[in-house]
Amino acid sequence: MAQPDRPLSPHLQVYRWQITNTLSILHRLTGVALGAGTLLMAYWLIAIAAGPEAFATAQGFVGSIVGRIILLGFTFALAFHFSNGIRHLFWDSGRGFELSAVHTSGWIVVIASAILTLAIWILGYAVRGAL
Amino acid sequence: MSLRTPLGRARGLGSAKNGTQHWWHQRLTALALLPLAVWFVVSLITLADATYEDVIDWLSSPIVAGLMLLLIFAMFMHLKIGLQEVIEDYVHSGWRKVASLVFVTFGTITLGLACALAVLWVWLVG
Ligand code: HEM
Repeated sequence: MAQPDRPLSPHLQVYRWQITNTLSILHRLTGVALGAGTLLMAYWLIAIAAGPEAFATAQGFVGSIVGRIILLGFTFALAFHFSNGIRHLFWDSGRGFELSAVHTSGWIVVIASAILTLAIWILGYAVRGAL
Repeated sequence: MSLRTPLGRARGLGSAKNGTQHWWHQRLTALALLPLAVWFVVSLITLADATYEDVIDWLSSPIVAGLMLLLIFAMFMHLKIGLQEVIEDYVHSGWRKVASLVFVTFGTITLGLACALAVLWVWLVG
């Protein structure tokens, strides 16, 4: 059993934030956030099964300003977790561990998640004929 | 003195008790989620201006319903293992850890089942 007052590693008060540990904790945060997102997905699916009125209510919420901001957050969380997930699976193949490679793949993930998020929303608005 | 070998004593004694299986299933579900997540997001984009009837038509196709069931299964399994790992990292006291693990297990199974039943309902009944 762990002792509650043992020092933490990394020593958070003196640890310099850098891309490696930032993306590492972001993977965990986005994973947990997407877990919360499954609540919305469950609500959406159940609303479809429940009938047109329930579906209209769900669409009304998702289409509102608050709903869209939440959806944008989930889009980014998925885009990041997806891109960084590929990075993780690549590491699991035993490759890409040189420090320079870790930094390069990290920045690729950052740029890819931004582009994916933007592309998804631009396409979504295009389908709605709002562009 | 114990007659068990050090390996025998260590085996299965990580904080998860069966770590390698969780590790492997987390990778398998991640691999499955790669194409499934792309498919789902693309579907949602094409449904951006859909009416209720469009959505019902979409979900009533056996291919769509089947892919949704695969997505739901892989996603909630991945989520259950993932949240369990987070809890094992941060929650150390006995009853708190057990309670969180029970909550995560019940929660993900219930939610996953609810999603699957909704899909099956639209596909086969609705
Ligand atoms: C889209 C495809 C996805 C891929 C490729 C993917 C990949 C991964 C990988 C490789 C890990 C292990 C990371 C590690 O060892 O530290 C992981 C962890 C995790 N994933 Fe995913 N994932 C995906 C989707 C999802 C979704 C949809 C959810 C939520 C419903 C989710 C929730 C989590 C959680 C909670 C963890 C644990 C985080 C941790 O231990 O730090 N993932 N994911």
